[in-house]
Amino acid sequence: MTVAAHPEQVAGGAPATSGRRVLRVLLRDRGAVISGAYLALIVLMAIGAPLISAITGHGPNDFDTAAVNTDLGGVPYGSLGGISAEHLLGVEPQNGRDILARIAYGARVSLIIAASATTLTTLLGVVLGMLAGFYQGWVDQAICRVMDFLMAFPALIFMIAILSALPQGNRPVLLVVVISVFGWPYLARVVRGQTLTLVNREFVEAARASGASTGQLVFKEILPNLRSSLIVMTTLAVPGYVGTEAGLSFLGVGVTPPTPSWGQMIAGSVGWYAVDPMYFVIPGAFLFLTVLSLTVLGDRIRAAFDAGDAS
Amino acid sequence: MMARYVIGRLAGVVVILFLVCLFTFVLFFTLQPDPAVMICGKTCTPERIDQIRDVLGLNLPFLTQFFGFLGGIFAGRDYGEGANLVHCAAPCLGYSFQTNQSVWDMVVERLPVSATVAIGAAVLWLLIGILAGLLSAVKEGTWWDRGAMGLALGGSSVPNYVLALALQYVLVVQLQVLPFPQAVAFGDDPVVWFQSYLMPWIVLATGYACLYARLTRANVIDTLAENFMRTARSKGLSPALTMRRHALRPALTPIATIFGMDFAALLGGALITETVFGLNGVGKMAADSIAKNDQPVIMAVTLLAAFFVVVGNVVVDLVYTRLDPRVRITTP
Repeated sequence: MTVAAHPEQVAGGAPATSGRRVLRVLLRDRGAVISGAYLALIVLMAIGAPLISAITGHGPNDFDTAAVNTDLGGVPYGSLGGISAEHLLGVEPQNGRDILARIAYGARVSLIIAASATTLTTLLGVVLGMLAGFYQGWVDQAICRVMDFLMAFPALIFMIAILSALPQGNRPVLLVVVISVFGWPYLARVVRGQTLTLVNREFVEAARASGASTGQLVFKEILPNLRSSLIVMTTLAVPGYVGTEAGLSFLGVGVTPPTPSWGQMIAGSVGWYAVDPMYFVIPGAFLFLTVLSLTVLGDRIRAAFDAGDAS
Repeated sequence: MMARYVIGRLAGVVVILFLVCLFTFVLFFTLQPDPAVMICGKTCTPERIDQIRDVLGLNLPFLTQFFGFLGGIFAGRDYGEGANLVHCAAPCLGYSFQTNQSVWDMVVERLPVSATVAIGAAVLWLLIGILAGLLSAVKEGTWWDRGAMGLALGGSSVPNYVLALALQYVLVVQLQVLPFPQAVAFGDDPVVWFQSYLMPWIVLATGYACLYARLTRANVIDTLAENFMRTARSKGLSPALTMRRHALRPALTPIATIFGMDFAALLGGALITETVFGLNGVGKMAADSIAKNDQPVIMAVTLLAAFFVVVGNVVVDLVYTRLDPRVRITTP
């Protein structure tokens, strides 16, 4: 169906590279454009968090007791959780910390953790999956056993248990490591399967026959063919990691206060949901829209690649 | 052949569970703050710590401790000696550091609540997910299909604790149509029971229902394009009959597999739901024990969850051979 939408491709001419073609399909897709724009906004917000704080004059950990009503147990003054010109997204009850500043700084934490976890998972998944698929035999056996073992683990419960048992240390790094250790088998399984079929394809044999080294076979022949499925699998994995980080922080084993994180903000709002619903609605909406945008984008990228394969 | 396959799989289950057990034990053996200090509390003397370590066998070498724990599960074990001797009967998972209760009893006590949450949610998400997916597939491309699939995409992106808070705010605080959830037994008060579990069910089911709707739709559309479906239609069967007789089984078999695995892994998802709603099930027990570093309870929940996942996978594979004749193991 995408072929019909691109007559210039059918009509010959210079066929666009698949990357360019996918990008063009995505730019015409309203859902993908809106998701992309929202994500760009979040990234900008994360990068510009100090700038936002400088402009509004509220740091993520600055208490503003003037914004909350101490007589009523610390409920923010004004409607909608204290939204005002001073605090654009309102304040936290009790201590009056600016929610906009905390959302922006929280976006940093969430995005850095999700991005690092994705990078590490992809690295582990690709290396181990390709090792298994390329060398086969006992290497494959060993890697497959480890994958089975890790996938049999009740990942969430185990992640919580590990994180609660580990010394405090550097929480974000621990989170990334723990998420990646349990995340890579899902990618590696696909990479292994595709490598297995690619290794026996004619073009790989031809390269081998003409004396290509193992490195050349792996990086020049096999890896480029894995690109599209890697892009799709990683984009679809990112929302999962954003959600996992938020969930773990929500349960109190993720990022430790005072570092703000969206999940932790929502956890903090549990006791306040009845009197100050905006306190959970705002971080909840940011989290929801981020996960949704990433999912939509991943979905559309997959559709674009699939359409390309079919044509 | 079949018997051999089953035995092989069961042996695999035992090996994996043993490894999970070992891995968890090593982790807590090396990382956890000293349990004796934890139990002893603030008013503590070195002699008291020594005594506790002695009773719990914490002075013994690692392997002795590990096999002591493992043996306790199958044969029961004794703690301490002489007048202090405590016997812990067969499925012995030790005693909670916090409450001194037998961990096994704690699990058994809380399992009904978790089972109620899990089973109710599963029924809900299967019903809604599959029905919505089927309708969408049949009406592919219509406004219903677009709407339902858009909603499914959105629904699977809501973190369940956010949904839980939103539902509680709207239904309990604002509209006051539901009471705050309490873990009531069905026999005591069926109405309150239903009202209490309704929100946890919805919260736990939403993500899965959305996922299943999308999966069902994709599977049914794929199946409808198959050759045997064209044959069925050209035989003159009505659309409803072709759907019932020929399309549903191949389209829903993969869903059954995924359902088995999701259901087995539900303890993890129930953890957040139970905690948010304050339902005293195994999931909440896990969250509480983690917050208080109650090592024996964390061990038990991890093992229990692993047990469900591993056994669930085997059951799924065995049921799959029943459902899908193409993968049935036959004697050559």
